[in-house]
Amino acid sequence: MTTQTISGPHAVLQAQARWRTAEIAFWLATLLPFVLAPDYLVLASQVAIAALFVLSLDLILGFSGIISLGHAAYFGVGAYTAGLISVHGWGEPLSGLVIAGTASGILGYVTSFIIARFRHLALIMITLGLGLLLQEAANAASWLTGGFDGLQGIHTWPLFGRIDFDLYGYTAYSYALAVLFVVFVAARRIIHSPFGLALRGIRENGARMPAIGAPTHSHIRTIYTIAAVIAGLAGALLSQTTATVSLEALGFQRSADVLVMLILGGAGRLYGGLIGAVVYMVARDQFSGLNPQFWYFWIGLLLIGVVMFLPNGILGGLAFAAERLKSAARKRPPVSAP
Amino acid sequence: MLPVLGMLFDGVAYGMLLFLMSVGLSVTLGMMNFVNLAHCSFAMLGGYVTVTLMNDAGWPFFATLPIAFVAVAAASVVLERVFFRRFYHAGELPQCLLTIGIVFVSIAAAAYIYGTDQQPVQLPDYLQGSLHLMGLDFAVYRLVLIAIALAITVLLVVTVEATRFGAKVRAAVNNQRMARGLGIDVDTLFAVTFALGSGLAGLGGALAIAMLGLDPSFALTYLIYVLIVVAVGGLGSIAGSFAAAMLLGVVDMAGKYYIPAFGSILIYVVMLAMIMARPAGLFGRR
Repeated sequence: MTTQTISGPHAVLQAQARWRTAEIAFWLATLLPFVLAPDYLVLASQVAIAALFVLSLDLILGFSGIISLGHAAYFGVGAYTAGLISVHGWGEPLSGLVIAGTASGILGYVTSFIIARFRHLALIMITLGLGLLLQEAANAASWLTGGFDGLQGIHTWPLFGRIDFDLYGYTAYSYALAVLFVVFVAARRIIHSPFGLALRGIRENGARMPAIGAPTHSHIRTIYTIAAVIAGLAGALLSQTTATVSLEALGFQRSADVLVMLILGGAGRLYGGLIGAVVYMVARDQFSGLNPQFWYFWIGLLLIGVVMFLPNGILGGLAFAAERLKSAARKRPPVSAP
Repeated sequence: MLPVLGMLFDGVAYGMLLFLMSVGLSVTLGMMNFVNLAHCSFAMLGGYVTVTLMNDAGWPFFATLPIAFVAVAAASVVLERVFFRRFYHAGELPQCLLTIGIVFVSIAAAAYIYGTDQQPVQLPDYLQGSLHLMGLDFAVYRLVLIAIALAITVLLVVTVEATRFGAKVRAAVNNQRMARGLGIDVDTLFAVTFALGSGLAGLGGALAIAMLGLDPSFALTYLIYVLIVVAVGGLGSIAGSFAAAMLLGVVDMAGKYYIPAFGSILIYVVMLAMIMARPAGLFGRR
């Protein structure tokens, strides 16, 4: 790494890219479940997988402004790919992850040509339609996917040929967390690059970006493909650690869940999705005795509440509160505005 | 009976239902650009109003239909005033999230009150059975359904094309800011249009029970169809919605008759192709 001191946009980006204490504390805290809650490691691995999936949606929705109501399509393709190669005799987890990510990445690349051309209602309809189409196709191709019963007989080999996946989720959580961390660092690098800045430009004003010479369509295709790969990795992790895949992996409900997590945590912030995933998954576990029908009642209320009162999510709300405190401390007497 | 004609007949009846359930969304979307994913929850509410009145209060089927219309229109105005109007300038994402939230709440509420089973509905005798005409069988209920939907369509077209209210609606759909500039009270106009559109959805939901069934998942299952009609037909276009609803009804019915193994794949493919070929819809101008 070269340490150049260039003024201008590069310096701004580099200042943003510096790791902060709070971030390091966050990642150290992800190790706490090993010590504090060893009974909940299976749940922790589910949280890590959900967080990876949310991160993928954050890249396209939060940072680039591409609304998707069918993001589960890529998650499902990753999950089914990893499951299928395992059923057909190759259960090595890491290579399975790579193959699954490649498969969903190819689908993402192909569909990105469509995605890049549309915005607004047409885009919503297309993402919704692609997701539903894929789910119907998986249902119709029951000879391949097992249809409604799900894929039977997934067996994941030990990690590195050595470490078995145990019942307590020790390996599963370590594995999912490691993948999450690696992908997060990569995503962080992307967001703090000039390319990431261009994506935010597209989000803020998609019409003006081409006018200043930014290749909007190719930027959207790139980030959409990257997001599809990450979603596929999350899906593959799920089928490898739980040894099951069902049509639910492709469903609208999953696309909606991941949106809820992202909005809850705060879209357009790297940690927003992660926080949202933790809160959502832990709450769902706490209410697991509840009929899923009624769980969605609370999710619905939560969605309405968040968009009405906390439009930037938990992290956005916290940042706003911190900002207010700071400005209140700077100006004395303190402001007494509502 | 020729199977093709039977399929077409069923498809047209189905398309009429889809038209009733979606035309309101098309007009309100065209006017305010508000993505209301909860539109089918209104249809579901209409269905449950009819079921409750018939099964618990013993009302005749036809008497429940106006009540379904009025009740849903009233409920939609409350929602519009409390929630929706805050989001007209908020972009699609908050609108989608807000209305998905309402869909989830409505599904859970319906499941809590009525359970997750299909609601039984006993049609009066004169609506059952079928009519023999020119060697063909026509189910009476579907004939009545088509007649009601056609009557409403004519009423709608006359209202929109030939009344002062309709002229204001067309102006607001065409160019909302210009309409405001000319002194049209677009907010009130929108609230009224929204109520009428939601009421129509409620009526469609009530009429749909005997053909499509009614359970809490209705709000999500048929939401997709309604959105397809709106997106393919073009925003704010009654003729477009009608054409798209007929097309969707017949194509979906054809898929179910001839290639049942492929389920709904056919309509999704047709929808994606249509949107890609004509993003503004069949009759859309934007």
